Amino acid sequence: MKYLQLVWSAMFRRKTRTVFTLLSVLAAFLLFGLLDSVRSAFANAASSVAGVDRLVTVSKISFTMSLPKSLLSGIAALPGVAKVTYANWFGGIYQDPKDFFANEAVADNYFDLYPEWQLSQAERTAFHNTRTGAVVGESLARKYNWKLGDKIPLQATIFPQKSGANTWTFDLVGIYRVSNPKQKSQEAIFFFNWDYFDEARAFGNGNVGWYITQVSDRTLAQQVADAVDSLSVNSDHETKTQTEQAFNAAFVSQYGDIGLIVGAIMGAVFFTLILLTGNTMAQAVRERVPELAVLKTIGFSNHSVLVLLLVESVLLIVLGGAIGLLLAGVVVDAVRAAVGEAVPMTRVGAAIWLRGVGLMVLIGLIVGALPARRGMRLRIVDALAGR
Amino acid sequence: MSALVEIRNLSKIYERGRQKIEVLHHVQLDIEAGDFMALMGPSGSGKTTLLNLIGGLDSPTDGSITIGGQRIDRLSESALARWRSTNVGFVFQFYNLLPMLSARRNVELPLLLTRLSAAQRKRNAAVALQLVGLADRAAHKPGELSGGQQQRVAIARAIVSDPTLLVCDEPTGDLDRQSAAEVLTLLQQLNRDHGKTIIMVTHDPKAAEFAKHTLQLDKGSLVAAAERAPA
Repeated sequence: MKYLQLVWSAMFRRKTRTVFTLLSVLAAFLLFGLLDSVRSAFANAASSVAGVDRLVTVSKISFTMSLPKSLLSGIAALPGVAKVTYANWFGGIYQDPKDFFANEAVADNYFDLYPEWQLSQAERTAFHNTRTGAVVGESLARKYNWKLGDKIPLQATIFPQKSGANTWTFDLVGIYRVSNPKQKSQEAIFFFNWDYFDEARAFGNGNVGWYITQVSDRTLAQQVADAVDSLSVNSDHETKTQTEQAFNAAFVSQYGDIGLIVGAIMGAVFFTLILLTGNTMAQAVRERVPELAVLKTIGFSNHSVLVLLLVESVLLIVLGGAIGLLLAGVVVDAVRAAVGEAVPMTRVGAAIWLRGVGLMVLIGLIVGALPARRGMRLRIVDALAGR
Repeated sequence: MSALVEIRNLSKIYERGRQKIEVLHHVQLDIEAGDFMALMGPSGSGKTTLLNLIGGLDSPTDGSITIGGQRIDRLSESALARWRSTNVGFVFQFYNLLPMLSARRNVELPLLLTRLSAAQRKRNAAVALQLVGLADRAAHKPGELSGGQQQRVAIARAIVSDPTLLVCDEPTGDLDRQSAAEVLTLLQQLNRDHGKTIIMVTHDPKAAEFAKHTLQLDKGSLVAAAERAPA
């Protein structure tokens, strides 16, 4: 600690240069915070589902293709199957296409397979009894200020009604909550009654988008998945069944390898940062050669000078980086408050900070290595003589 | 008095590419504890090289340097750094203060290498600044001080860890006549009242008059010594 004043003073020897360097480090780590927040959100989306005992069955050709509803009884009769339900993507728009959220038609028993979603018995009964009933997550309801009893119109983008109408109007009868913070993104879905959807849609009646199967024993998951797929083998609707976790991971990967994209961007940013701050540190040490020689003259060892310069370099990056990450936290919170779960971003929490600080220290050491080595190796008499 | 500095057959050869330059040639020298020695000679005579070797900033090509009974020419680089921190104070021509630190912080620098508490370091630095007459300028940065004042801060830094030996390389070379006289008087006081052994390189015969002895170097060899009557 007693050397901190010395390091701090050296760092701000040229205030303007240091401030500009800090700003560039800040910008790099602000970007890191934002991108890592998005990357974490996608990673969580793939892994945050609670049920590893649920299987998703979709068409083997593409999950956008329908499956016959007749498979339901076959799946339900398989050994190891506890419950089975089904759903279909609707893709409706509420008010503005920019404010898109997921909306699906689901079977009456859909919520029985998702015990981690808290929905009261009264709301379940209302959903069962109301043909146009809809249930939404609490985050989504809060975002649009929806209350039970509200009528919510969605504009169809895929499924017009038989009557030719494109507007589907639903009655909000339930609001579910997800208590696990990592699964909060699941509160951004709008569910409505299958019967209303299937009877009123202009085409596709009798087909479902996917099946969800709950196995009685999670160790039987693969066995049940194989059995489900064998039901339609060599038919025109062959299926692909996998755990919900694997399905979500595959679904997220449709967006591309987010980790790779974020990594590539951050790699370029940090490479530039290393060049920039490396040059600054080299210049700062070059200017201070006589001062470093004085430190050595009065008894600072080569090792002490090396450590002082490395600490200065790390401190410079950590200071700018910490401010950048703090700002990223503020921005992410503001974005989440403004648009809710529509933009996939996790809070800038401990995990992102840990990765960020690790990067800061690493970059500080890389940036400071060569100048510190130069400071360590300088010969006092040559440095004092200006050679 | 016993010899604090004993130099035997000291040679220093610099290599510049293929060229070998012998800067010091078999120098023999004893400096008594409590002496104030001026080292004079033309440019390139080896004054600063001899001073650097005595101060442990450089190592000899041949010969030995014993200071306070310790062969410093045999010390490793890190041991030499530790030795310098407790045994020698340095005063340079251009003061070499750290511009971003206040006078007090500059004076405190050698004490960072000790186990003293922050409060003790602060007190010792204040005492050293008082000794050089700059207690009221402790908070000023070097850029806010005159040349003479900066050199006095440098002297305070040199004495703050209470070394036996002070080595001064042209300490008045960058000062006007009056400031130079003040600095030299201060060095004289440190020698007389505090028993510091001082070795001072200078070109200026008037500066040398403040010392007790003057040694002349020429082409790497000691050529003459003069002793002055006590002032």
